[in-house]
Amino acid sequence: MNRLRLPTFGGLGATVGIVFSLLAAFWILMMILLPVSYMADFSFRYDLPPGKIGGPEDVHTLDNYRYLLFGPKGSPETLSILGFEFKANVLHLNVFFKTILAAVLVTIIDFCICYPVTYYMAQKAGGGTARLMAVCLILPFWVNEILRAFAFRILLGTGGVVNTTLMDLGLLSEPIDFIRLDIALYAGLSYAYILLMIFPLYNALESLDRNQIEAARDLGAPTWRIHWRVVMPHAKAGIASGCTMVFMLAVGALAMPQILGGPSNLWFTQVIYDRFNTSLNWPLGAAYAFVLLTTCILFVLLVMRLFRVNLGEIAK
Amino acid sequence: MSADVQLDRVSIRFGDFTAVKNADLLIGAGEFFSFLGPSGCGKTTILRAVSGFQEPTEGRVLIGGRDMAGVGPNKRPTALIFQNLALFPLMKVWENIAFGLEVRGVPKAERRKRADELLELIALSGQGDKLVSELSGGQKQRVAIARALAVKPEVLLLDEPLSALDLKLRQHMRTELRAIQRQVGVTFIYITHDQGEALTMSDRVAVMSHGEIQQVGSGEAIYRDPKTAFVASFVGENNALRGRVAEISGGYARVETEFGPMRGRAGPGLSAGARAILFVRPEALEPREAAENAISAPVLSSEFEGHATHAFLARQEGKPLVVTRSGGAAGAAPPAPGAAFPVAFDAERGVVLPEGEVASE
Ligand SMILES: Nc1ncnc2c1ncn2[C@@H]1O[C@H](COP(=O)(O)OP(=O)(O)OP(=O)(O)O)[C@@H](O)[C@H]1O
Ligand SMILES: [Mg+2]
Repeated sequence: MNRLRLPTFGGLGATVGIVFSLLAAFWILMMILLPVSYMADFSFRYDLPPGKIGGPEDVHTLDNYRYLLFGPKGSPETLSILGFEFKANVLHLNVFFKTILAAVLVTIIDFCICYPVTYYMAQKAGGGTARLMAVCLILPFWVNEILRAFAFRILLGTGGVVNTTLMDLGLLSEPIDFIRLDIALYAGLSYAYILLMIFPLYNALESLDRNQIEAARDLGAPTWRIHWRVVMPHAKAGIASGCTMVFMLAVGALAMPQILGGPSNLWFTQVIYDRFNTSLNWPLGAAYAFVLLTTCILFVLLVMRLFRVNLGEIAK
Repeated sequence: MSADVQLDRVSIRFGDFTAVKNADLLIGAGEFFSFLGPSGCGKTTILRAVSGFQEPTEGRVLIGGRDMAGVGPNKRPTALIFQNLALFPLMKVWENIAFGLEVRGVPKAERRKRADELLELIALSGQGDKLVSELSGGQKQRVAIARALAVKPEVLLLDEPLSALDLKLRQHMRTELRAIQRQVGVTFIYITHDQGEALTMSDRVAVMSHGEIQQVGSGEAIYRDPKTAFVASFVGENNALRGRVAEISGGYARVETEFGPMRGRAGPGLSAGARAILFVRPEALEPREAAENAISAPVLSSEFEGHATHAFLARQEGKPLVVTRSGGAAGAAPPAPGAAFPVAFDAERGVVLPEGEVASE
């Protein structure tokens, strides 16, 4: 009986409901659909000087997409798979997949940190402690992202607090280059999106009846099995929603990779940013952005399929 | 297999608050034992101490003679049925029942077989593939029992498992629980605040109030021979006549009450001159003239309830005096309201107990 209904608002009922629904539709149209479809159209056009826009040369093309796969015409770069040589845009494709992989890693790191913490907050800690923990988690986010990123640089740089402390303690003889090793980047990104993992997880875990956990324990289950069979299945939607948000935002991060990324490490968003801002090739930038968006959506849907979660559950 | 359970001077405190005071009793192997008491008296806390979720502050819990200190709930030979059942909503019925076996590494085919056997025991054959949410209240109840029995516990602990059911189903499940207990022979420790449940099902009952065990005995003994004012007022209907003990002799005590001197069996801890309460059950009050233990008071109202008629007689203070006549008895109908109703009771059927806490209703 899950039919879609217009939202109703108390006594005024239908009228108010319709007005708000129209406002929402307007919002979606103006703020999401229009600009995005404009960009989509852009990605299928040539990069023309202003004079030629709207002229006979302004036609649709797949050139921008081909560029991401194969690079500029006549590029010598090749990729060898199973002994076959392909012409390919090795640099950009490399960054593309590395970015997705890195975002997956950030998501996993966040989940591994947040799950135990939120479980403790939701099930073990009393109301006061849980609130205090929530405040401690939220307060640092009043500091803006750029500041936080630079703070991580200061902490993790070769001459940073962490290195000097470890060296003063005699644990290290030489500083570790956390930035070159990308440890700073992973730490920064994981930290940046931690709340987006905490909140959905907390909601999901908090609604679990403690008796369920005790019942499982009483029947002889060790802790890992209680989590695997009772707690995680219950929190599945929350886990999926947290992981999706962290993954999507990590893929789309720009400031953190720019500030904390090692010299050799490029984030795909930086490549896109460069198309728009440095080479001023908007159609190419739009195409790159769309490939990233579509790949991420497909990837998320695939993973959700694998874990048998549907979109409706996530919205709950 | 069943084991006895011993509470050896168990006290449980939460900070300054004592939830269980010095509980000391032995529950026999295979016994159906109930804890009966009002809400908040510490019943669940005792059960949690037996199942291992709560370590006693003082004293020991022994199961089958073995001290359980430091033994976790997953290692004790007990299975607990929760007040809200706590079935796993995301598992099928049979998976719920077989969860304890899954934990013990029993292969799937065998788990399924055991689950099906248990489903048969609880008269739910063929419903194993349903989801828990598709079952009725009584069926869920039985699945919870099967899930607990699947791990072959020596002691089954039940925390008010029938409280969520409606009256009809509750009565039906009482009989069924008792039958299952006879069949499997496991020690049942049952918690309830419903005295009907405790009295009908149990071999023995412990009546609790404010963390203290007031009396342990068979349902009949507790009803006939309450040892404290609390037990007398909590178990069954009772009229309480307060006064001072005038005399104790030959196992009987005379109390000066608002209706004059009354005599009843003397309970423990009475002393002449002390304040006491004489308890007399509504059905012990008979409409007759008598030389001793006679009361005559105007009728306030009466209720006809089919199998019985209750008359409410006026008193100077407190609740009206209740007189219950079984429906079929000759002259069962009480006089009209306002008219005096002379009643009397045998001294043997009254109990005099020291003044103390009485159950509020
Ligand atoms: N973990 C705890 N911390 C503090 N106090 C507690 C705790 N558990 C129980 N109590 C207190 O101990 C007393 C007894 O609680 P318990 O749950 O045993 O009552 P009960 O007899 O089972 O009541 P009910 O019939 O309502 O279930 C209550 O006053 C309760 O507030
Ligand atoms: Mg309780």
